[in-house]
Amino acid sequence: MVQYNFKKITVVPSRDDFIKITLSCTQRQTPTVVHKGWSISRIRQFYLRKVKYTQQNFHEKLSTIIEDFPRVDNIHPFYADLLRVLYNKDHYKLALGQINTARNIIGKIAKDCVKLVKYGVSLYQCKALKVAALGRMCTVIKRVGPSLAYLEQIRQHMARLPSIDPNTRTLLICGYPNVGKSSFVNKITRADVDVQPYAFTTKSLFVGHTDYRHLRYQVVDTPGILDRPFEDRNIIEMCSITALAHLRAAVLFFLDISSSCGYIRQICMKLVVEMKAEAMKTLVGLGEDPINDDGVLFTLSNLSEEGVMAVKNAACERLLNQRVELKLKSKKMNDCLNLFHVAMPIPRDQRQRPPCIPQAVLEAKAKKEVMTEKRKLKSDLENQNGGAGVYSASLTKHYILANDEWKEDIMPEILNGYNVCDFYTSDISQRLEEVEREGLVQEQDIGDDVDMEGHELTPEKQDDLISIRKMISSRIQQHRIKKSTAESRPTVPRKFDKDKKFTSGRMGRQLSALGLDPTMAINRACSRSRGRKRERSLVCGDSDGHDVMDLDVGQQPNKKLRARSISHSRSRSQPPSEVVVIPGDGFKDSAQKVKALKLARKSAKKRNKDARRGEADRVIPCLKPKHLFSGKRSIGKTSRR
Amino acid sequence: MRLEKCWFCSSTVYPGHGIQFVRNDAKIFRFCRSKCHKNFKMKRNPRKVKWTKAYRRLHGKDMTQDSTFEFERKRNRPERYDRNLAENTLKAIKKIDKVRVERAASHHTQRMKGKRAKEQKEAAKELEQSIHMVKAPSSLQKEASLTVPKIKVKVSQQQSEENRMEE
Repeated sequence: MVQYNFKKITVVPSRDDFIKITLSCTQRQTPTVVHKGWSISRIRQFYLRKVKYTQQNFHEKLSTIIEDFPRVDNIHPFYADLLRVLYNKDHYKLALGQINTARNIIGKIAKDCVKLVKYGVSLYQCKALKVAALGRMCTVIKRVGPSLAYLEQIRQHMARLPSIDPNTRTLLICGYPNVGKSSFVNKITRADVDVQPYAFTTKSLFVGHTDYRHLRYQVVDTPGILDRPFEDRNIIEMCSITALAHLRAAVLFFLDISSSCGYIRQICMKLVVEMKAEAMKTLVGLGEDPINDDGVLFTLSNLSEEGVMAVKNAACERLLNQRVELKLKSKKMNDCLNLFHVAMPIPRDQRQRPPCIPQAVLEAKAKKEVMTEKRKLKSDLENQNGGAGVYSASLTKHYILANDEWKEDIMPEILNGYNVCDFYTSDISQRLEEVEREGLVQEQDIGDDVDMEGHELTPEKQDDLISIRKMISSRIQQHRIKKSTAESRPTVPRKFDKDKKFTSGRMGRQLSALGLDPTMAINRACSRSRGRKRERSLVCGDSDGHDVMDLDVGQQPNKKLRARSISHSRSRSQPPSEVVVIPGDGFKDSAQKVKALKLARKSAKKRNKDARRGEADRVIPCLKPKHLFSGKRSIGKTSRR
Repeated sequence: MRLEKCWFCSSTVYPGHGIQFVRNDAKIFRFCRSKCHKNFKMKRNPRKVKWTKAYRRLHGKDMTQDSTFEFERKRNRPERYDRNLAENTLKAIKKIDKVRVERAASHHTQRMKGKRAKEQKEAAKELEQSIHMVKAPSSLQKEASLTVPKIKVKVSQQQSEENRMEE
């Protein structure tokens, strides 16, 4: 029996393709070179080979076509009828017949050519014969062209037919159009049949599969059938009728009670009756057993899914029972049943013979049960108290302590930056007492600082000390500045003193700051510089000795004069407070000069050179030089920078 | 969990801080922070680095020997837990800490004791030596407060001349 799967039929090529393929095959697979200088037999052989090769090719291909296409007579009547309905049976048979004749004709052509070539005398003759033969073969194929096209179409259509196994358990769904057959099928199987509000949504048969009691059932969805006389039915309806007629299945006839399908109930009922009759009719013709002789009415709703399963189960059940019955009736079952046989010994007397278990075994069993009950594991405990993540076992449960209350104590490990375990000794308290006693003793030793108070300096002396220190540090600073600028500073003679450091006024101020009387010195300096006679001042005390000696003689006038001179000189003792910019300094204003002086002082600070990086230490002046981090290289890669 | 001592600066290393270095001879060096670690890598001797405890102890800046140090010792044998003892220990730790701090303070004051006298002496000396920078010696002699007032003794002329020459 031919497989019900029509997907394996070879592709039927079109006329032109067919010719082209075969001829190019011939050209490639046979030798192409021939010379007229060869022996005649060789030439003949050459051309013969070509002709035969072509004929064989055609023969093969056409044979496969003919064999692949199912013969209507040889397949299951369901498919036969289906093919008959879908494609015009006559047309189909004719097409296949034509192919067959074509094949035979090509064979004949080849034979004729072979006969003639054997008597060919020249290369040209043989060649002409071969050309003619091939030409005739191609013409034959050309004439068969439309059949080829038709068969190709059929093949494509057949490949898309649903793969219905006519022999297995099948549920057939039929009824008026638009009653809900496809929805039902969608509900019980995984088939995704189109469901639309208009009639004749389903135009062909659809198959789904469903399970019941570990067995697979095919569910076939059919297009709707209208109430018409048999002859007037169109192809779509004929499909479903074919299915009805030939498939040995449980038929579920659907009625729409609410008449929302568009057809009145009564008409539907009429159809049922007709169907039954028709089914019976065809069945009688074919000799199949009756389906749904005694119909049962179920109610179901696709929308609310009430009763869907019930219907399916009932249908499946009934079908199954029917099939089982049938199988039992057939001859094969007896063979199966005879294969196994359960032997039951006949009791020879009335004595009871129960199974015998030795006592030791029973005791051991009992013990084992008791044993397993006694031992309680830690894991059992854990499971009792909440499981792995919830229960944390008490690690201190088995500690041996002087007092059992202490088992759950928490002792800190760290206190105030100390480790407690380092201090934990049994005699810590007594040692602590000793230490505390020591501590008291030590406190009495302090108190030596008291008698040092006497030698403190007076505030005047403190001021003096401060000024001494200031003076020293300023001198050091000036010296440092001088030293650092020594090379760049020009040595200017004193008469070009632009900072006015060597004026008599300044000298006077400095001397009076020291506490000396500057007038004599100033006078002397002036007299020296100008060369004029000057009045000697009344007070000409060069050395202190004179004054002291004359103290008791002319105490008062000296005192007076001295006091006056000091006060006089004191008035000049304040240096000019503002910094004055002298032309030639190079500063634009006094603020700049002040800043410059400040900077000079700052730079003269002594540096701390405690192993710090010095000038001689390696310094990378530029961390990312441009020439290393950008640009192309004349040789080499720049994948690493 | 233990608090360790930094090998370099001797400060406490709390959990989660610092680095431990184990040498090939299995000696463990713990450092409290990268400063100590880097100093160690530079092979600096903590006894010469001024801010470490080792230097301070060595140069007598901090207290070296004291009975309070003997309380804290790493004990390898664990003792059995006793609640009273634990309580006492915790109290004792606080007291010992207090005592230690007091003693350290007294050590410091002892160390600083002669400082004032020394400073005053130095100041006086400096003043004496450098007073000429601020006040001229002649003016100093003129002031009555600094010099002892010279007692004039009336002497015959010859003697007065002799005196003058002596001066």
